[in-house]
Amino acid sequence: MRVAEIAEKLGLKVYSGMNGLNREVTGGYVSDLLSDVMGNADAGEIWITLQTHKNVMAIASLKDLAAIILVSDNTPEQDTAIQSNGEEIPILGTSLATFEISGKLYELLK
Amino acid sequence: MSHDSHTMHFEYNVEGGNFTRAGYASSEIKKILKQLNVDMGIIKRTVVACYEAEVNVVAHAFSGTIYVDVSTESITIRLVDEGPGIPDIDLAMQEGYSTASSKVREMGFGAGMGLPNIKKNADKLEISSEVNKGTTLEITMFFN
Ligand SMILES: Nc1ncnc2c1ncn2[C@@H]1O[C@H](COP(=O)(O)OP(=O)(O)OP(=O)(O)O)[C@@H](O)[C@H]1O
Ligand SMILES: [Mg+2]
Repeated sequence: MRVAEIAEKLGLKVYSGMNGLNREVTGGYVSDLLSDVMGNADAGEIWITLQTHKNVMAIASLKDLAAIILVSDNTPEQDTAIQSNGEEIPILGTSLATFEISGKLYELLK
Repeated sequence: MSHDSHTMHFEYNVEGGNFTRAGYASSEIKKILKQLNVDMGIIKRTVVACYEAEVNVVAHAFSGTIYVDVSTESITIRLVDEGPGIPDIDLAMQEGYSTASSKVREMGFGAGMGLPNIKKNADKLEISSEVNKGTTLEITMFFN
C-alpha cells in the first residue's frame, strides 16, 4: 500500500514531504527511542512517534523509511519539515495517541 | 577526498552538542557507498554503525573527526573524539547503560542501545578510550 492511501484511509494530516506520498509501505514500527528505531526498523516502514525534531528525519532518511506519523497532534519542527520535503519522506499527523493509531495501521497493513 | 587506484579516503568533523547536524556525516558516507555500488546489505549495516558512533560523539564528546577509508576489500570508519572518555568499556557496551543527560533523553536518545547496535552491525569493532582525553572507535566492514 502507498503512503497516500494510508493517509487517506486513516484521515492523517500531511505536514510535509508530499513528493514522497507514492512511496510503498512494507510495515510499521512504533518507538520514541531513536537507537531502537535505528537498530530495528526496516526500509519501507512507517514510523509512529511523538518525537518532532530533526534527528527523526535523519533516521528516516538513513533507514529509507516510507513516512513518519506524529501522534497526539504533535507537529514537525520547521527544520524537520524542510528536511522531509528535501528527502521526499512524508511527515503525517493524527490527533490519536500511539496505541490507537498503531492499532489502526496494523489492521490496515496486516 | 583523496583517491588512488586502491583506496579512497574521506574526513568529516563532528561537533559535540550540535544535534541539528547529527547524522550529516553518516548520510554523506551512505551516499558515497551507494555511488560505489556497495552491496545494499553492507550499506545498511554500515549506516547503523556509523550513525550511532557519530551521535555518540555529538551526545557524549566535545568534538571529533571521522576518517573513512574504502578499499577493494573493506570499509574502515575511524571516529576519533576529544571528550570525557569511557571509564569502563564493558559496562558501556551493555544494552541499557547510558549516562546521557535528561535533555538528551527527552529527544529520544539515551536508551543505551547505540554501542550494542554498532557491535551487532559491524564486522569488526575496536574501542579504545582514555578518561578525560577521548575515545576512538574503529568500525570495519568487509565486502566478503
Ligand atoms: N564517544 C563517547 N565518549 C564518551 N562516552 C561515550 C562515548 N560513546 C559512548 N559513551 C558512553 O557509553 C554509554 C553507552 O553508549 P550507547 O551509545 O550504547 O548509549 P547512549 O548513547 O547513552 O544511548 P543511545 O545510543 O541508545 O541513544 C554512553 O551513555 C556514554 O556513557
Ligand atoms: Mg549512543
